[in-house]
Amino acid sequence: MPTESKPVPTKPKVTDSLVPPKKTAGTAKAASTAKPEILTGSGAILRSLENLGIKEVFGLPGGAIMPFYDELMSSTTIRHILVRHEQGAGHAAEGYASSTGKVGVAIATSGPGATNLVTAIADAHMDSVPLLAITGQVFSTSMGTDAFQEVDIVGIAMPITKHSFLVTKAEDIPATIAAAYLIASSGRPGPVLVDVTKDAQQNSAPFVWPPTIDLPGYRPVTKAHGKQIQAAAKLIAEAKRPVFYVGGGVIRAEASKELFALVEKTGVPVVTTLMARGAFPDSHKQHLGMPGMHGTVPAVLALQEADVLIALGARFDDRVTGKPSEFAPDATVIHVDVDPAEISKIRVADVPIVGDAKDVIADLTSAYADAVKKVTPDISAWWKRLDELKARFPLGYDEPEDGLLSPQYVIERIGAITGPEAIYAAGVGQHQMWAAQYIKYERPNAWLNSGGAGTMGYGVPAAMGAKVANPDRTVWAIDGDGCFQMTNQELATCTINDIPIKVAIINNSSLGMVRQWQTLFYNGRHSFTDLNTGHDTVMIPDFVKLAEAYGALGIRVTKKEEVDAAITLANETNDRPVVIDFIVSADAMVWPMVPQGVGNSSVQYAREKAPEWEEE
Amino acid sequence: MSHVLSMLVEDKPGLLTRVAGLFARRGFNIESLAVGKSEIPGLSRITVVVDVEQGPLEQVTKQLNKLINVIKIVELDPAQTVEREHLLIKVKVDNTTRSQILEATNLFRARIVDVSTDALVIEVTGDTAKTQALLRVLEPYGIREIAQSGLLAMGRGPKSITERVYKN
Repeated sequence: MPTESKPVPTKPKVTDSLVPPKKTAGTAKAASTAKPEILTGSGAILRSLENLGIKEVFGLPGGAIMPFYDELMSSTTIRHILVRHEQGAGHAAEGYASSTGKVGVAIATSGPGATNLVTAIADAHMDSVPLLAITGQVFSTSMGTDAFQEVDIVGIAMPITKHSFLVTKAEDIPATIAAAYLIASSGRPGPVLVDVTKDAQQNSAPFVWPPTIDLPGYRPVTKAHGKQIQAAAKLIAEAKRPVFYVGGGVIRAEASKELFALVEKTGVPVVTTLMARGAFPDSHKQHLGMPGMHGTVPAVLALQEADVLIALGARFDDRVTGKPSEFAPDATVIHVDVDPAEISKIRVADVPIVGDAKDVIADLTSAYADAVKKVTPDISAWWKRLDELKARFPLGYDEPEDGLLSPQYVIERIGAITGPEAIYAAGVGQHQMWAAQYIKYERPNAWLNSGGAGTMGYGVPAAMGAKVANPDRTVWAIDGDGCFQMTNQELATCTINDIPIKVAIINNSSLGMVRQWQTLFYNGRHSFTDLNTGHDTVMIPDFVKLAEAYGALGIRVTKKEEVDAAITLANETNDRPVVIDFIVSADAMVWPMVPQGVGNSSVQYAREKAPEWEEE
Repeated sequence: MSHVLSMLVEDKPGLLTRVAGLFARRGFNIESLAVGKSEIPGLSRITVVVDVEQGPLEQVTKQLNKLINVIKIVELDPAQTVEREHLLIKVKVDNTTRSQILEATNLFRARIVDVSTDALVIEVTGDTAKTQALLRVLEPYGIREIAQSGLLAMGRGPKSITERVYKN
């Protein structure tokens, strides 16, 4: 018999239900009764975005997208923020989306404009960020002729988008934009590209809204199978050493409240991955911290020694599992994910549950209440072990021997002074790990970072996007001196558009994480990792002068006693962006660490010091 | 081991790139590919033969299912499937070999579709075993050219891959 690998669809159900109600119903309502209004294609893009409730977009115009920009200028409901580089638009849209759960929108022209978006699109793809990228394309009649600024962006973006569309006809625009928005925001969120030729923007067509969205092959599963949930609940109730392995899917699904209820109800320990920091409050006693390569010892070993692992919206990334064949060797795995392709991709799931984390977790909580009528859970021995680990191996750091500022201290103080209501965006590298470790997160969407792609330069534009979406929250970019030099041009965007973000440059004068690996694994040969921005160097560029050149407040901090005052001043300065150049020790390393390619049982608490763990 | 996947897809530009790209990204070699219309307007049917282990195959099937334009994927069980491929073979002939080649063609229930003094074009339809066997027989005479279709496959019995696709 043929094996059907996809549930047979009934009628394609994906229609307008997920499209938010239109704001100004005037034109759309008229569609059903009167003749639809005739709009240019570019007018249709704008009207579609307005009807979808889009309030802010990030972009930079160029030849092939000019018809749309001409329309955009007259919009009264959409604020366009002119970036200085399209990558900035992409990450800003990501920061906007990740801090709110809404769809972020980035706009660019054809050719290099579009390729400059590629890194951000790939980043959004890895981290499941709902991103709508709209690019201009050359005239449809010129496509394939190597026309000026022509590039096959739909082809380029295929492997790094959830879907991509090429639009060559004005009449296809409303349905395509609506479909793109729906795909980006539903199921497992992700980036969707809409490439619109210049003639499609210039030509006119009737504007029909709401349009008919025809996506017969798109049916995200949300409600999970009841039997599997009962099986999972029974396993949790019977487990002796259970752990909730919480991933970013819990944040995307807005399931923190449901998770909190489940965790409290079961008394089971929780770890939150890099993408899930804030999904569960750090202050809660059942929280063991972040697992993985730079996770806390209790979190790493809890996964490693677990007998039942409940993965919620997590994808067994190699930075979490270490060597997969040695990961959690005794664990029965319950895997909850909205994306069926994640189930058993890395680790075979004993209980696979495909569904939306919010629904599944709520269902699990009630199923657990039933399960404990038959079994009395007992995980006291497990907690005894974990409490010992927590007491013995707390997160911590030593002051650097060179007497320079400790980067961990700086980041810890930013978090402590600014508090959990703020938003923290990081670049990629050591400072990112320290920001994940030493800032205490109490709520979802407060921590933004490039987890899967590891995109240096994410921090500043993502913070900018988050600040646009959350004008009343303090937004910090915790950045490195390397990362900052990749995207700091967006400080101009921030100053001019009144987006007062705070940037902490953790300036160790080097590509710190690479340097750390060179120290540990390449015999200390620091090959091309010195950036000469910090202590005892020529300090090029001078970040304080650079900040001032951009109209931001620039502050340099070199001593411990200056740290708090600088952070407080930054938090109080809201008439312009602030950049603090923290000159820190280049020798500080990120600990704990599991070296790449080995099992997580080899976690090192500090250099050359592995914690005790039970032999099998 | 080879697996035959039958896919129902929306007939959209770039669809084949998306499908082929997924196989390429996992490092899978597509052994055979056949694309054509289905009986439902706007939907095409793709038959793919890949040589992969069961685990990776499941992974790539799930990934293919995630493609927005893919409606349905079925792995066909060889025991319950009719499989056919179509070959055109140009083979060298002379007066001494012509009758032997004609005889082989008849034995395989193949057909001569073009005749010239130095060559014949033979058309053959069948499963892979049959077409390969004919090729082996013809090889000693000198094969000049081969054009081969991808494998076509369909489940036996009354059921259709497209039924219930658009059921209300």
